[in-house]
Order: sequence, then C-alpha cells, then structure tokens
Amino acid sequence: MRELPSGDTQLFIGLHLIHEVTSPQAFAMLREMGLPVRFPGRTFATVDHIIPTQSQRRPLRDSLAEEMLVALERSCAEHGIRLFDPESGQQGIVHVIGPELGLTQPGTTIACGDSHTSTHGAFGAVAFGIGTSQVRDVLATQCLALPRPRVRRIEVTGKLSAGVYAKDVILAIIRQLGVHGGVGYAYEYAGPLIEAMTLEERLTVCNMSIEGGARCGYVNPDEATIAYLAGRPFAPQGEDFERAAANWRAIASDPGAAVADHVEIAGGSLAPSVTWGINPGQSVGVDERLPKPALDTTGQRASLEEAYSFMGLVPGEPIAGTKIDVAFIGSCTNGRISDLREAARVARSGRVAPHVRALVVPGSQAVARQAVAEGLDEVFRAAGFEWREAGCSMCLAMNPDKLVGREMCASSSNRNFKGRQGSPTGRTLLMSPAMVAAAALRGRVADVREIL
Amino acid sequence: MASEPLREVRGTACVLRGDDIDTDRIIPARFLRCVVFDGLGKHAFEDDRLQAKGDHALDDERFAGAAILIVGRNFGCGSSREHAPQALMRCGFRAFVGASFAEIFAGNCLALGLPCVTLAPADLGKLMDSVSLDPSQTLIVGLEGRSVAYRGGRLAASLPDGTRGQLLEGTWNATAVLLEAGERIEQTERRLPYGNSWSRPA
Repeated sequence: MRELPSGDTQLFIGLHLIHEVTSPQAFAMLREMGLPVRFPGRTFATVDHIIPTQSQRRPLRDSLAEEMLVALERSCAEHGIRLFDPESGQQGIVHVIGPELGLTQPGTTIACGDSHTSTHGAFGAVAFGIGTSQVRDVLATQCLALPRPRVRRIEVTGKLSAGVYAKDVILAIIRQLGVHGGVGYAYEYAGPLIEAMTLEERLTVCNMSIEGGARCGYVNPDEATIAYLAGRPFAPQGEDFERAAANWRAIASDPGAAVADHVEIAGGSLAPSVTWGINPGQSVGVDERLPKPALDTTGQRASLEEAYSFMGLVPGEPIAGTKIDVAFIGSCTNGRISDLREAARVARSGRVAPHVRALVVPGSQAVARQAVAEGLDEVFRAAGFEWREAGCSMCLAMNPDKLVGREMCASSSNRNFKGRQGSPTGRTLLMSPAMVAAAALRGRVADVREIL
Repeated sequence: MASEPLREVRGTACVLRGDDIDTDRIIPARFLRCVVFDGLGKHAFEDDRLQAKGDHALDDERFAGAAILIVGRNFGCGSSREHAPQALMRCGFRAFVGASFAEIFAGNCLALGLPCVTLAPADLGKLMDSVSLDPSQTLIVGLEGRSVAYRGGRLAASLPDGTRGQLLEGTWNATAVLLEAGERIEQTERRLPYGNSWSRPA
C-alpha cells in the first residue's frame, strides 16, 4: 500500500483468519486502545487447537479451553466476525477450511496468527503467519508493516512413484535445504512435479514451508486451482467467477522472473521419508540407515547427538522396523480427504497392531462428512483405528489428545520438536498418512510400498 | 501501550547454546491455554529445564538478572506463538543476540520492542565464550551503529533496516503508524478484486 518511514512496507491484508489460541489477547489490546475492527467482513474465525476430538459437546471439559472458546465467541459476536464453530458444520483446522470454503484465492494476501498459514500459498496467495500483536494490527487496520521477502524458486522435476507423496517431497526439500535454509525467503514451488500435483498435495507442500524456515510457500495458480475453486461457497459465482479466473490466470509469475535463488530437486528418485530426530530436517528415506554423527561434515554433530539422546535411536541402524506406540493421521498438513483416502487404502489390508493406539482425525467437519459418505470411517474402525471429530488433535498437545511418557508416535503432522505432542519426553516420527497407516498395522516403521 | 524510541539495550547476558531452538521448547503448548500473557515468564523453557535438572542456562545463577539472551542459529523457529517472546520478556530479557532468528519470532519481538540482532558465527562464538567466562560484564546492544559491545571490544551486528528504523523511531508498536494511512486503507480495500461479498452470508 505504501512505504513506511522505517523502510518496511504497509501491506493490506485481504483475508484474515483467526483461531482461539492467538487472538484473545489481540482483542483485549484492541479494547484497551478503544479501536473497532476495521473490516469485520475480512476476518473469519474457527476453533481448532483446543477442541477435543472425542466430543465437541459444551461446556468443554477442560475449563481453560472452554474459557478460550467463550472469549472467541464473545469477541466475534461483539465485532461482527463470522465464526465457524462446531454447530456451523463448517468448523475445522483453519488451514483446511480456508481453501475448502473458497476463501483462499489466488492473489489474496492472507495473514493468520498461526505459522502454518504458509499452507494457503498453494493457491497462489501470499500467506504467512503472524503473532498476536500483529493480529491486533490487522484487526485494527487490516494492514501489517513488513519487509519484502526474497524468493527462492524450488523446481521439482520428475514424477512421484507409487507410495511416495507430497509429504515426502517437502520432507526431502527440508532435509536438503535445512530447517533454517528458508529464513528470509519465500519458497516458490515450481516444476513439472508440482504442476502435476492436485491442490491438496500442493497444500501439504506449502504447509511445511515454515518447517524449512520460509514464512511463505507459493505455487502459481493454474487451471487446477481454478477448477478447485469453482462452486466453493466463498468463491465468486457465475460471471464473477469467469472474471476472477481471468485475473487469476494473469497473476501467475513469469517462469523467467528473476528470483534471489534457485534450487532443483529430482522428485522421481524420492522414497517415502521418515524423520528420526527432533526437527523436521532430520529425516531419511524409509530404506536408509540413520546418519552417524561422527561422520558429519556439516557442523551439525552436536545437534545430531542431542537428537539421538532424546529419541533413543541408534546411529547406523535402519529406520524401518522402529517400534511405535501411537499412530496419528490428521493435522493441517495431512488431514484432508485425499490423505484419508490414501491411509484407508492401506488400512484395508490389515489390522492395527495390538500394542498401537491409532487415531484418525479429519481436518474439518466437511472432510469428515465426505469420508463418511465414502465409508472411510468404517474402513478405519474395522481396522482398529479410532475415528474422531475435526481438530488439530495430537499435532500440538493443546487438547486431550497427547502422548504419554516416552511413547513413539508415527505422525502425519508437521513437527517432531521435543515435547510437541504433549509429553515432554514423547517422540515423533513424521511421515505421510499412508506411511502412518502402514506403521500402525505393522506396529513398526514399515515401507508402505510393500503394502500398496 | 507505550512505543518509545530505543537506541540501545544495556545489561548482563545469559548464554543459551544450541541451534534451531523452537517456540514449543521456549513455551510448551499447554501454557497457551490462556487468554492473557501474564504469568508466562515462570514457564519459559519449563520442559527443557526439568529435563536438564538444574543444568540449564536459565537456572544458572551466574546469569541471573540478565537482560540479553545470547542464542545460536534459527532461534524461535516453529510455531508463531507470541507467547514465546512474551515469556522471555517476562523473564527480564530485553534483547536477543544470535546467529539467526526465525522470522515470525523476530517480528513478534519487534512488536514488543525487543531487538533481535545477529552476529557473524566467529564473533558469536567469541561473545559466548567471553560471557560464559565472565557473566558479570555489561553488554551494550547498539541499534544506531548496529553493534554489540562487550569486554573484548565492539562487534559488528546485523539488524534489518525496517526493524532498526521502527525501534529507533519508537514506532515498533505498529498500530498507530498503520492507522496514519487513514482513508487510503478504505481506498485500497475497495480496489481489491476479491472479498467484497464476503460479509454477506453464503
């Protein structure tokens, strides 16, 4: 919108998404300053982090969670903000419902008090996570003060082989470029493999940009993007849609556009990935052995040793065969219908191992309805998985779904940080939903390609 | 919420070694079940500190009262939770010096008037060693000249122009500055090709 005296840019935020965790303090600050919400029609709210997935019945059993939900309800009512609560039938993880409602559109600027806002870049939107003070700024002014990022174009070539998914692509990218590699960059994903992806697959890739250090992920809008948006409730309708689609085609960046950096990844040779450590860059192919810190030449020896000491794994051993206690399928990374379909394909082939607790948590109520319509809930139940209601669940330990003690969890979520899944000593192995399902059946990390 | 110009942060420092320290470690998610930021300070690094059984930088008495936290690479990565810098601020930290910072964390710090400055790896190593040997020394994180002064001299530091500008001008609490755009905000909104019908229920 304009250059600020500090040198930053004042950027107008076309779509602001909020949830119960990072917004209450922002509304309180707004009240303190005596300011209204400038454009209530450009903010949408949902409840995802704290919502229990066994029963969404009110009042929530956890009184702190109930207090947060009440605070959100009050703030939304006071300021005229639309809230997609459990009764709306449209509740879900904020990064799942934005695209599914058609709010996430090419060329939009999107901010949300949540680091995984990078997800929405899959539609050719400029989308990034912000903190609570910035949520206040957006509520009060619909603007943010930000520096311009540099762009790194990541070109992924080749074709994915069977059993290898979008999750494996982004894990491979983060493994190669590092969890800090994207700091200061926006990641633009391009190349034949990305262009051949469905929008849901692109969402998975962009989602984990932040795990690579990049605040934004981005994919050029194309015909697949336009087809996805057609008929969505908040997308333009009729003639307006045709006009919008023409705009969307026009905003795609030129393949020759200058970028600050350029990286190529060969997608055809990728195997299913599994993280073994305490950050998402510490991964190996399921057919590989764990790295030996003594051989490290990247200055990461101390980090690797810290990871081994936390995870209790042995350098040089294969990752396949690692025993798991819990299997979690869901999250803003992999809680969409295509993820559940792939996991169900695996689940059909057997039963969850007796020692494994396995959860399937749809990313939204709409995903849950679709899954039920396709009979996927029955497939999961018959195989011994628990079928839950929509929410963030075991991705982040703000609701009753948590690891206990040193449990080892095969998880389709995005972060394997120490303590992330709710037990300070709990351990996380990130992988694709199909790989999680395979691990659930075998009771150990297994190569899903042997099952499919 | 006052937004005062900030030229420097002066005080003793605490050395927290390790790269890629994420915000889940700085403030575990269970403490985010709250509607105010008060009281977060005592939970900073709670799980790391419990597991270190007293052997954590934040429990090291030699670093007690530190105003500056010296960290490694990619500090504050992961979740966007402003609870992380809020907790550290409530522990008394007023500035961060490191090899690099996750962007959302650095942005959250700016919104609280807490500078995050970076040093070249070799300089950071020297500073960490010096402060570990003599934690009583006073450091000066200078914003105007972008430097960190310590017993061993003055180290050249980096700080993005926009961040430095907002801290020096005292405009880091951005709401007021953004509001100055006035009617231009409405004009921009009307020009947008999307979202104009969203306020009508679908």
